[in-house]
Amino acid sequence: MYFCAVIFGTKWCVSIDTKSNQLRAKLMDNNITDRMEKVHYRNLPSTLSFLWLALVLTFSVSQTTLATTVVLPAQAVDTAAGEALFKANCAACHKLYKKATGPALFQVGDKYSKEWLYKWIVNSQDLVKSGDAQAVAVFEANNGAVMTAFPQLSTADIDNILAYTYTPQKAPTVPTADVTAVPTTGGGLSNDIILVALALVFLLLVIMLFLVNRTLRHIAEANGVVVEETEKRTPIWKAFIQNQFLVLVAAIFLLLSGAYFAYGWMMQVGVDQGYAPVQPIHYSHRIHAGSNQIDCNYCHSSARRSKHSGIPSLNVCMNCHKSIAEVAPETLAEGQEFGVDYNNEIKKLYTAVGWDEASQAYTGKTEPVKWVRIHNLPDFVYFNHSQHVTVAGQQCQTCHGPVQEMEIMSQFAPLTMGWCITCHRETNVQVEDNAYYDKIHEELSKKYGVDKLTAAQMGGLECGKCHY
Amino acid sequence: MKTITNMKNSFRIAFVIVASIVMVSCFDSSKPNYQYMPNMYKPVSYETYGEYEIFPGGLEAMLPAEGTIPRGWQPYDYPNTTEGLNLAKAELINPLMVTDKSLANGKQLYDIYCALCHGVNGDGQGILVQREKILGIPSYADPGRLITPGGIYHVQMYGLNSMGSYASQTNELERWQIAQHVMNLKATLEGTPLLAPQSTVPTETVNMDTASGNAVAEH
Repeated sequence: MYFCAVIFGTKWCVSIDTKSNQLRAKLMDNNITDRMEKVHYRNLPSTLSFLWLALVLTFSVSQTTLATTVVLPAQAVDTAAGEALFKANCAACHKLYKKATGPALFQVGDKYSKEWLYKWIVNSQDLVKSGDAQAVAVFEANNGAVMTAFPQLSTADIDNILAYTYTPQKAPTVPTADVTAVPTTGGGLSNDIILVALALVFLLLVIMLFLVNRTLRHIAEANGVVVEETEKRTPIWKAFIQNQFLVLVAAIFLLLSGAYFAYGWMMQVGVDQGYAPVQPIHYSHRIHAGSNQIDCNYCHSSARRSKHSGIPSLNVCMNCHKSIAEVAPETLAEGQEFGVDYNNEIKKLYTAVGWDEASQAYTGKTEPVKWVRIHNLPDFVYFNHSQHVTVAGQQCQTCHGPVQEMEIMSQFAPLTMGWCITCHRETNVQVEDNAYYDKIHEELSKKYGVDKLTAAQMGGLECGKCHY
Repeated sequence: MKTITNMKNSFRIAFVIVASIVMVSCFDSSKPNYQYMPNMYKPVSYETYGEYEIFPGGLEAMLPAEGTIPRGWQPYDYPNTTEGLNLAKAELINPLMVTDKSLANGKQLYDIYCALCHGVNGDGQGILVQREKILGIPSYADPGRLITPGGIYHVQMYGLNSMGSYASQTNELERWQIAQHVMNLKATLEGTPLLAPQSTVPTETVNMDTASGNAVAEH
């Protein structure tokens, strides 16, 4: 059996003698073919078996198909209508399987009579005021939270909603997440295997080449062939030192490049561009500001009107996360790509803010979250957020980069003085509809002979504007 | 002999390569860079959000002392109860004059803080509802809901049911501006006449701190 391959421009053939279980490497070179034939190369079989293993592994990785067809039970039409009504009207306060502002509504029709439920849903407060014992009990069991009246819901609507509340809870989301996760990780795994196998194959080829080369030398030695040694030359460094012009040029080159790199190194001291610390709670700006399009000002509300763009206090998180205790399965799967369990991070928030999920109430036991500050100007610089955000109308992304795409927040801009000044030189001041600027704009535009004034021309380069 | 020097040279070359790779790749993005003269960078005073032993729990970020009123704020006396809400709905009126500016500000703020759930048009179809993150947001035009400016202000102040308080993100002036915009949205949905800008008298006539509303014009 012969296997041939072209390696480094030479055609190599490997012959396997099945009877003697020995293997011959054959260099298809005209001159030494005959010499090669004589030799039994004894080290290769074991090596080659690994090679085979790797090759077999590479091509035997087959994609396992996990196509599972889920046949949903035929749904009654009214359940679907009920679901829509439930999501539009009830879901703000009620969840099916979990207490929220109101109680869990799974199979609520078993607990109360239909007639009573009609009355309660259409106007619960009237029922409470009429002294209905059951109504008063429900009202008080939920801390006196007033359920909105729904006069627009007909009894048919309510029937639909009640039908929907009998929807059984889907199997825990973990298996579904696994089904979606397995093919992706499986694909990644097989890719990894292929890469590793390829690396292994190349490594083995290099080893083989080396071994063959050595064997050839041995053969040559044994057969009395003198392998030509390269003739002795002056070492290259000696030749280099002897050439003084070359030394001079090299010295100048080294000094210049040294100065260049030293300058670069010194200029990056104190610059934290790319700084992305690990935060105590993994907060994804990608999900919040990107996918959900939450305005930056929603959380960093003080950027509009104060020097600082504040770190939101946890009550701001709870504005939404009171309702969102766990993420959607697809979001959870996204999190696995980053090695984060988003649900676990929401739990961390609940612990910090002291929110008890079971009773849907604050326990009063809070603990501070030690966020790590990323953007930090030196103390000798004055920077005001509202001046840039509200007055100048700058986008947050101008300085902070594409935050809506960042899974892990990092510093985008260098925040150096040169960076500030470049922007001040290039950015025009928004003077339209701002009576404050009328007079100064008129005077300065006359002075500079321009229509639009940059921040620099308005005095944005004066030392005292930022350093005092 | 020859081979040995060659080996030595290649070791040297390898060492230089490894050393330069190490020097280039040693920037650790999880740690801040070192600074020249850190004592010029770091403040002597306590920094916002800092952690210092002198404060309870080490937290510099503290609530204002009990009984004090932040500048630009007014005491709000209606209690956070159903009775308080009903009382506010009944008797609390918007002290703000309707102007183009206040309506524009109200819209801008509404789009930041409220539209996520309540929708840009107030129909309860904000992006979080459309993506089924938060469900059951009612439309402002829903019958069975008594929406008045006082009620809107009260709910922004304290929150209601699943909705949280927005008192920490907005100031008094801004909450009233949002209330004006919400009333307009409701009127649009119901097809009733909108709030018309009354005059060009600036909102400063109302006894309210507008410095924060006007941001930092003095700079």
